[in-house]
Amino acid sequence: MSDGPILSARDVSIAFGAVRAVDGVSLDLWPGEVLAVVGESGSGKSTLLRLLAGEARPDAGTVLYRDPSGATLDVHGMGEPARRRLARTEWGFVHQDPRDGLRLAVSAGGNVGERLMASGARHYGDIRTEAARWLERVEIPAARIDDAPRLFSGGMRQRLQIARTLVTRPRLVFMDEPTGGLDVSVQARLLDMIRALVADLGIAVILVTHDIAAARLLAHRLVVMRHGRVVEEGLTDRVLDDPRHPYTQLLVSSVLAA
Amino acid sequence: MSGYNFAYLDEATKRMIRRALLKAVAVPGHQVPFGSREMPLPYGWGTGGIQVTASVIGADDTLKVIDQGADDTTNAVSIRRFFARVAPGLRTTERTAEATVIQTRHRIPETPLREGQVLVYQVPQPEPLFRLEPRRAETRRLHALADYGLMQVKLYEDIARHGRVGSSYDHPVMVNGRYLMSPSPIPSFDNPKMHRSAALQLFGAGRERRLYAVPPYTEVRSLDFEDHPFVPLRANGRCSLCGAGDSYLDEVVTDDRGGRIFVCSDTDFCTQRQTMREAAE
Amino acid sequence: MSWTLKAEGLAKGFTLHLQGSIEIPVLRDAALEVSPGECVALSGPSGAGKSTLMRLLQGNYGADSGCILLRRPDGSVADLAGASPREVIALRRDTIGHVSQFLRVIPRVPAVEIVAEPLVARGISREEARARASALLHRLNLPERLHALPPATFSGGEQQRVNLARGFVADFPLMLLDEPTASLDAANRDVVIALIGEAKARGAALVGIFHDAEVRDRVADRVLEVAPLREAA
Repeated sequence: MSDGPILSARDVSIAFGAVRAVDGVSLDLWPGEVLAVVGESGSGKSTLLRLLAGEARPDAGTVLYRDPSGATLDVHGMGEPARRRLARTEWGFVHQDPRDGLRLAVSAGGNVGERLMASGARHYGDIRTEAARWLERVEIPAARIDDAPRLFSGGMRQRLQIARTLVTRPRLVFMDEPTGGLDVSVQARLLDMIRALVADLGIAVILVTHDIAAARLLAHRLVVMRHGRVVEEGLTDRVLDDPRHPYTQLLVSSVLAA
Repeated sequence: MSGYNFAYLDEATKRMIRRALLKAVAVPGHQVPFGSREMPLPYGWGTGGIQVTASVIGADDTLKVIDQGADDTTNAVSIRRFFARVAPGLRTTERTAEATVIQTRHRIPETPLREGQVLVYQVPQPEPLFRLEPRRAETRRLHALADYGLMQVKLYEDIARHGRVGSSYDHPVMVNGRYLMSPSPIPSFDNPKMHRSAALQLFGAGRERRLYAVPPYTEVRSLDFEDHPFVPLRANGRCSLCGAGDSYLDEVVTDDRGGRIFVCSDTDFCTQRQTMREAAE
Repeated sequence: MSWTLKAEGLAKGFTLHLQGSIEIPVLRDAALEVSPGECVALSGPSGAGKSTLMRLLQGNYGADSGCILLRRPDGSVADLAGASPREVIALRRDTIGHVSQFLRVIPRVPAVEIVAEPLVARGISREEARARASALLHRLNLPERLHALPPATFSGGEQQRVNLARGFVADFPLMLLDEPTASLDAANRDVVIALIGEAKARGAALVGIFHDAEVRDRVADRVLEVAPLREAA
């Protein structure tokens, strides 16, 4: 691990009318670390993710990203061209609904290849080989490389989205309820896949989820949010096994054998 | 048509269009909005090209108009007749070499253009990302950020489906290494003629209200892959009239028993060759 | 020789906010020092706080006060009680080995990978880690055909052997053993006793809860009584 956080948020806030959706949140994410943000619907966790990823602008606070050269970049001050370049190279975003993260009319291979092409790849054969490799890696038969994701099941689509996101080996990936809309049996397979890929590639991840079991499986560290604020944070198993805040105790006690 | 200003458009409109054209020349390949006027022809008949031509043409110019390479098709004839009526003193020609302004639909003449000539393209859809990204605001953003991965995805899909970089016409180009541009529906055979052309190339889309330009000697590269390079396509054959083996050919059905011949799509080019051949005989 | 683990003034209680915020004190002023090569058995009636102490030593529970000093393989000393989450993770990677009573099964991950994981985390190649993991599973009499299967469907005893192998595969300076032989037969119990003996011989410090008196007598150098707080007070 290098010597500083890859992403640092300080006092990040945003209000929608009278609702303080995110209220003074600070957090650090270290290279290779998986940080889960848990909380119930409306706790502000997805909004926080969008603020951290630069997809929405906070009313107050800063988000700093440290690039591979060690330079610190202000996510909301860098301008859209720079942020978009980051978003398609060093960062990735996995949406809850794969339809938001995929091009449904473009073949699986084209979906995986897009980020490669966007970052300059111009050799069709190489792009295709790499796409096929990633399909296999997310357990989609390479023979389906020319099929459009329209024809895929929900679980396959989500795995395709993950391949499409990870193909450029991003350093930082934002995940918004990646197992959200899936059957339980499909969820387990996906979670395990994410766990293995993230560990193998050493990716730093901010994972927003309301699934405590997913957080326990994937995350090194946990942030518990409620009403836009962080009420508790720490080592994942300590927060879940030794919760201090009343809300965390409620959250943990409402889950069966997390 | 007396009572009209020279070349139909009033001087204020021409000035507005010329300003837009100057901007387009200054930023090669970039689409510049302009206030497209009602013209006495319907959209789809080259109203964008006509407005551009009207704005740049003078009484000492010589105008050539082609449609699919031919000077004698309805569209070309009516536009040429229109300018002859509304631009007193303007000479018209069918000879590429004699023209100072050439308005075209879907072709670039075979005869190489020279400095001082202006080629005006009629453009139905100026946005090369149109089929891939329907949101105009988003395509503008993609151009601003030179974020053209999406276009490459389309070419990838063409190869995956058809085995080759697909479009036989309107094949997208990168202009000056910066802007992705639609060359208008010219055959991909003509794309290489745009590259470092000595002529000024102007593009007008009337319905879409956009202008763009490629100044002389500008780099125009057709999009492709390293291992699937862009190949300009033409029918494999010779012109039955002039014998040319290197021009773009139209297929002509000669009878109802499947008989067909190829002839040059560029009628002026073909005529010149036939004249030369007769003179030689 | 100097200690590997030195805990002092440890206190731990729980506030149950969902039950009228009642306070349950469990440990107060607990202390423990373990030297390299020494095995300390925690003893006391159930509910006295043995498991709580074990969890504090593992970093799973946070101490209310006190310190838990650990000597890392490079000789430096870290205080687990005040460590940041990243430091706790690093300590678990290079210093604290842990054999819990129950295996936390990760879906779809084969037994041999679960065992090899602590080695891989230290940067040992996957092949070597797998080979060492497989050898240890063999030693614990887990049939070869099970190595490549996820342990979700294993019996209690098989799961415990996977857990033991995972704890013993990487030479941790400190080993925490929570009922390591509870569901084992006599032959495997002997293997565990041998493993503990080898760990002591290489200089590991061990802390364990052993309900099996025979095992405890054979491995423990010392017994630490953990007394229930209310009686002690």
